Amino acid sequence: MDEILVLAEHRRGEFRDITFEMLNAAKTLASRNRLRVTVLLLGKDIDEIAGHLESSCDNLLVMNSPELTDYSPYPYLLALEKTVNERRSFLTMMGHTAVGMDLAPALAARLSIPLISDCLNVTLDNGTLEVERQIYGGKINEKLRMKPFAQYLVTQRTGCFPTSLAHDKATQKFTLEPPVWPQFRRRFLEYVEAELSGVDITAADILVSVGRGIGKPENIPLVQEFADAIGATLSCSRPVADKGWLPKDRQVGTSGRTVRPKVYIALGISGAFQHQAGMKNAETIIAVNKDARAPIFNVAQYGIVGDLFQVVPVLKEKFAK
Amino acid sequence: MNIIVCVKQVPEVAEAELEINKEGTGIDTEDLVMGINEWDNYAVEEAVLLKERHGGSVTVVTLGDEGSEDVLRRALAMGADEAVLIDDQGFEGSDAFGIARGIYGAVKDLPYDLILTGAQASDDGWAQVGPILAEWLDLPFASLAVDLQVNGDLVSVHRELESNTQEKVELSMPGVITVQTGINDPRYVSVMGIRKVRNIRIRETDHGELGLSKDEIGSGGSNVVSRTLFLPTGGEGAEMLTGTLNDICEKTAQIIRDRGGVS
Repeated sequence: MDEILVLAEHRRGEFRDITFEMLNAAKTLASRNRLRVTVLLLGKDIDEIAGHLESSCDNLLVMNSPELTDYSPYPYLLALEKTVNERRSFLTMMGHTAVGMDLAPALAARLSIPLISDCLNVTLDNGTLEVERQIYGGKINEKLRMKPFAQYLVTQRTGCFPTSLAHDKATQKFTLEPPVWPQFRRRFLEYVEAELSGVDITAADILVSVGRGIGKPENIPLVQEFADAIGATLSCSRPVADKGWLPKDRQVGTSGRTVRPKVYIALGISGAFQHQAGMKNAETIIAVNKDARAPIFNVAQYGIVGDLFQVVPVLKEKFAK
Repeated sequence: MNIIVCVKQVPEVAEAELEINKEGTGIDTEDLVMGINEWDNYAVEEAVLLKERHGGSVTVVTLGDEGSEDVLRRALAMGADEAVLIDDQGFEGSDAFGIARGIYGAVKDLPYDLILTGAQASDDGWAQVGPILAEWLDLPFASLAVDLQVNGDLVSVHRELESNTQEKVELSMPGVITVQTGINDPRYVSVMGIRKVRNIRIRETDHGELGLSKDEIGSGGSNVVSRTLFLPTGGEGAEMLTGTLNDICEKTAQIIRDRGGVS
């Protein structure tokens, strides 16, 4: 069938934003290519939130089962395998998230359908799929033209489409019967909240944030002193938290915290997409980086191309009492 | 327990200025330092930690050219016992399926309890090979591991979700796990350490020996027809502050005072 099948993503009874972003992505693509948009919603007692999607897609397929309470790849794979095969969905879309990164490659392997992961945008040119995505940590973009196939699978990057939901369709709702589930070799046990160290970076007016460019843990005091001098809180990008140079709850980004300070000062942070997602809504962003083409400069209002170890001491002096 | 770790050699780009080649199909790598994919380095460390705790052996596998031997030697220096190099130019231009076919061929007959891969590679960022491998080997898998504990025949994994949240899942072994950065603190590798493992023989293989035909791998076997690279645009771009270091810092200090309410 000429449809885009969108796998709705939800956690603990709430839709994830990516669900609405995918709907907008799918509707844009569908309207230009006379495709229908079908949403697949898998869960337990999921009808409670299914209502949100009515009138926003052509078809809504809902499967309820206790096995689908929390995401796990094996029940999802069974449900998707059956749906994608029976409906011959042209394009199956899921989020490039902890769910889609887990599920999509396995589904692609199982169905022998090509998977293009982490897409910024998907278009069709005479029935041939073209996608735009990022490589080398967001420093380079690529446009890929795919071989012709009857079916494709994509994962959509978060934050590329609006999260607003237009109610502009007459939605047909279908209830899918869950299959008889076999014994699965992977089980969901529980959600685990990360530990908090006591500093809440989301409450700070000014954040001084350090990235890989800080080089070694011995350099942290230099930026801490600068942060102290201007009354700022110290935060970081992923590599600094990974190495344990700052606690995990100081990490800004998709898997860390989302911050909106008055001023965000990014020191030695190249600005991979996952980091930008956590800070791009700061009121003012100042970035210092050695690489003039670092992606951080695309979201910053003010940029300094230079070595943070030269800039920070001089800048700190400007605030000496 | 026996662990296989799949690793990849990539250019180190974090602090480099990248140039796209004339054809627009790749980047110029001549001036770039090659190294182990960051995610894979954590995977090797995790495998060595598991071996130290539970006994057994660690085998590292990579697909690349002669130069990729460096990442294998590095992994051996970290504590891996054996190494397999799929040394084959024919894989150039492979998509994730093509790479997974090579790795599948190389590991399917080896003994293993766990197969670890990095969650993704820093170059193409597909994040696909681990779960594809698991499906083809008919093994359970978990991606994005930030903690991993083996208890008997089970392995419990903390998967990294969004917004500072994790989920704990449990799978039976043998299984495939893709490793997220930050799961451990990878040990330092010295030149001396690499020298010590120089006599360990690296087993070499190629697509023919793995039973793969040329049209299953490389750009011919890829689902991608063409690839065009360009520099990202986006946002309005920053106003670049220029002048002497002192001028720049004076301007910056003023912005921080004005916007941040600093006195």
